[in-house]
Amino acid sequence: MVAMIELENLSKTFGDLCAVDGIDLSVSKGEVLGFLGPNGAGKSTTMKMIAGFLEPTGGAVRVVGFDVTRNPVAVKRRIGYLPEGAPTYGDMTPRRFLNFIAEIRGFGGKDRRAKIAEVVDTVILSDVLDQPIETLSKGFKRRVGLAQAILHDPEVLILDEPTDGLDPNQKHHVRNLISTMSETKSIIVSTHILEEVEAVCTRAVIIAHGRLLADGTPDELVACAPNHNAVVIAVGDKYGDVAAQKLISVNEVHGVDGIGTKDGISRLRIFPKPGKSIIQPISEIMKAADIEVSQLYLERGQLDDVFRAITTGRGKKEEIAGA
Amino acid sequence: MRNIFAIFKREFFSYFATPVAYVFIVIFLAMMGSLAFYVGGFFSSNQATLVSFFFYHPWLYLLLIPSISMRLWAEERKTGTVELLLTLPVSTTEAVMGKYFAAWAFAGIALSLTFPMWVTVNILGNPDNGVILASYVGSLVMAGAFLAIGSCVSALTKNQVIAFIVAATICFMFTMSGLELVLNFFRLWAPDLLIETIASMSFLSHFRAIAKGVIDFRDVVFFGSLISFFLFANVVVIDAKKGA
Repeated sequence: MVAMIELENLSKTFGDLCAVDGIDLSVSKGEVLGFLGPNGAGKSTTMKMIAGFLEPTGGAVRVVGFDVTRNPVAVKRRIGYLPEGAPTYGDMTPRRFLNFIAEIRGFGGKDRRAKIAEVVDTVILSDVLDQPIETLSKGFKRRVGLAQAILHDPEVLILDEPTDGLDPNQKHHVRNLISTMSETKSIIVSTHILEEVEAVCTRAVIIAHGRLLADGTPDELVACAPNHNAVVIAVGDKYGDVAAQKLISVNEVHGVDGIGTKDGISRLRIFPKPGKSIIQPISEIMKAADIEVSQLYLERGQLDDVFRAITTGRGKKEEIAGA
Repeated sequence: MRNIFAIFKREFFSYFATPVAYVFIVIFLAMMGSLAFYVGGFFSSNQATLVSFFFYHPWLYLLLIPSISMRLWAEERKTGTVELLLTLPVSTTEAVMGKYFAAWAFAGIALSLTFPMWVTVNILGNPDNGVILASYVGSLVMAGAFLAIGSCVSALTKNQVIAFIVAATICFMFTMSGLELVLNFFRLWAPDLLIETIASMSFLSHFRAIAKGVIDFRDVVFFGSLISFFLFANVVVIDAKKGA
């Protein structure tokens, strides 16, 4: 598939501070790429460089084949960009504002009216079209920003924290919108809401200290979680130690952790050896030892844990996977 | 061209979307009038001219023009809309021109609303309307030069107060540079060529030359190249901030 967005050894320094440190990345059509990373990791800086607001210190950005430094206007024509905080001209009404954007994007007359009507419909703005943007609620302001970004139906969409500050219903709506648009576009979304990544992204990268630390589908990233495919069982607390000893002797088991005793019930987390499934052997050995198991479930792992492990530098992807 | 016009319209109407435009125009007209009547002695001179009116334009512009120009870029930087503007498919030059011409058109409207002065003087006597027209042109062009300086300074900061003070100071130096007060300071040590250069930069002398009714090619070139220079610097400043 053709890469719509290509970053090549992209870097950016502000004085002594290295905000982006050699990122290589390519995004194809149909992909929704999630940018994950703690605050100050370089997500916004990278997006600003793709959108042509900042010039790279080194490396290159190509959008649909156009180099952003050499051919900025060609790139900007093909990109829809929602900057962080969705800035808009507060003294304008959404109608005037979108009219301005449509004019700059080269739509005239009937075409312009149609485009505006369409986008107003998509992001549900019709109720507030004639109120000054500065008087609107945060959700509406964000939607005006989004409308501006998608008005010209761009091939590439760069959305910097599109759901920040929205209520759960609005978040849901924006995520649906992104999913609907994703078929025909390349979309980059930055966020630190990890559930959002699982909800909308087909691929996610984790960035910290300006470097790309992990790259994969949300499922692949979750697989890096320390407790991915671990099994938790609950047994009566008098059996706790016995059960642990039995379990550790199972071939497929890598380790057993006690995770607390409460109301006479002990919980144990059992980690599998890489690539092994342990549910079956566990239930067999417990039956054989005649220990009553009141609960047994498989843990999927949390993206949060992966995120924390990677961004706090407690190890690389591979090490976590092997832990 | 289409982009310049789109940005021009947006910028121009934004003056009128807030009270800024009305406050500015009212104060501009009130000060113009009172300076001409009370300080300039419009009536007591007993002459059918607008000399006492135009005399104070450079000084009034010193105060009022930076208050138009200070927001041009500084406000966009403060609110973050500059990121929106500069990621739209427009070149930096188009953005600079669109915003600049909007500010200039606004200043032009404020200036044109002083037309009752012209009506008054025509009712009271028979002024040389050619001179008056030339004075208006001169005043407008001078306002354009002040605005170009102010726009460039505004691009340097996101603080409008700084943009105002710095622009007013630079405009002040350009206005004053032809006066003996300033030139005497340089005469003590500077070579003649430098003194002549400084003197030739004076807004005051160029404006007064035009206001006499003679639109000299040199004065037009002076203001034209000054405006071009500062707008060019404006573009350079904005592009440099991208790389910073």
